[in-house]
Amino acid sequence: MEDAKKLEEFQAKIDAEIKIEPKDWMPEDYRKHLQRQISQHAHSEVIGMQPEGNWISRAPSLRAKVVLLAKIQDEAGHGQYLYSAAETLGKSRDEYIEELQSEKAKYSSIFNYPTLTWADMGAVGWLVDGAAIVNQVSLQRTSYGPYARAMVRICKEESFHQRQGYEIIAHMAQGTPEQKAMAQDALNRFWWPSIMMFGPHDSDSPNTGNATLWKIKRETNDELRQKFIDKTVGQAEIIGLTIPDPDLKWNEARGHYDFGKMDWDEFWNVVKGNGPCNKQRLEHHKKAHKEGKWVREAALTYAQKQKEKQMVA
Amino acid sequence: MSKNIKDNQGDVWEVFVQSKPGLPHKHAGSLHATDKEMALQNARDLYTRRNEGTCIWVVPLNAITSSMPEDSESFFDPSDDKAYRHPTHYIMPEGAKHI
Repeated sequence: MEDAKKLEEFQAKIDAEIKIEPKDWMPEDYRKHLQRQISQHAHSEVIGMQPEGNWISRAPSLRAKVVLLAKIQDEAGHGQYLYSAAETLGKSRDEYIEELQSEKAKYSSIFNYPTLTWADMGAVGWLVDGAAIVNQVSLQRTSYGPYARAMVRICKEESFHQRQGYEIIAHMAQGTPEQKAMAQDALNRFWWPSIMMFGPHDSDSPNTGNATLWKIKRETNDELRQKFIDKTVGQAEIIGLTIPDPDLKWNEARGHYDFGKMDWDEFWNVVKGNGPCNKQRLEHHKKAHKEGKWVREAALTYAQKQKEKQMVA
Repeated sequence: MSKNIKDNQGDVWEVFVQSKPGLPHKHAGSLHATDKEMALQNARDLYTRRNEGTCIWVVPLNAITSSMPEDSESFFDPSDDKAYRHPTHYIMPEGAKHI
């Protein structure tokens, strides 16, 4: 009875576009949905550092290297903002990290693909960050206050990421025939996984539930995917690259691009852990976490000693 | 459950950033640190990577006392019926200027 009234008040707030804050009452399913979604988002930022980290030591110029370092540092920062937002829902950071490492929690499947050439740094920034931005711009209006605030901050920083990626791939597309071929190859490999980043079609998306009713999600997977495709086609044309989809064409009546069928068998296969790099990504995360253990212990011990010193003085 | 995990990342600190001299410090977000120096340095690296700030405050989360949403109604009630605290409450003579 009590809960029914609270639920009604909660829904009234959502409908009136009033943000939900950490200490407010919320349905258990709302809390769980956000814990899952925000932590998955945080894990993606952190795991996403690996495919790019792969190229730091081989960046083709000093400028390219400092840019890449700054971008990867941003991704670490985004992970931090998101873990903080997730922690306001009553679970500790250690628990979230444990869930990632024990494979109870997922991260975006896109990071299970390898980055084989320097052109991939272009494709990742242009397409992967580009797709992430479309999703994140929409999430700036999500109903949970801390998540929305993290998104505002992240969106401000992401636009540099996409532009740096596009600059790399545009540069290569205008280079020697070999460089152009490398740029095209990166686009060929990253296009389909990028448009599948928005998740399954709305008709078979398992986690939607009340997400729309509760305004966690403001636009559907298919709407966001369409937005991204509509934006990106012209960007490929202008640098002379071809999007690897023979069915891609402008539909005057819809005012959108039509596009071909996505390979959902591959998508689910990668989600289930059978992508080219799933194992490597997780093992690297565990190794880095384990190797940092002495640093965390030393910091805690130092803090403890400082406290004791203060008490004596 | 969190208490069973021995490996931890320090306490939560809240970060307030002043973006320009003359402006108030504004809540930017939170972070983990084991002491105040680490909290300040992490805040700088996390919240001012693009010159967003001229000054940072860090405060341990457990040092903050917050009013509770369920008490909001009665807590803020005393100011509800005091319209006379607003300038629009007063009727000015016709033609009076600069007031």
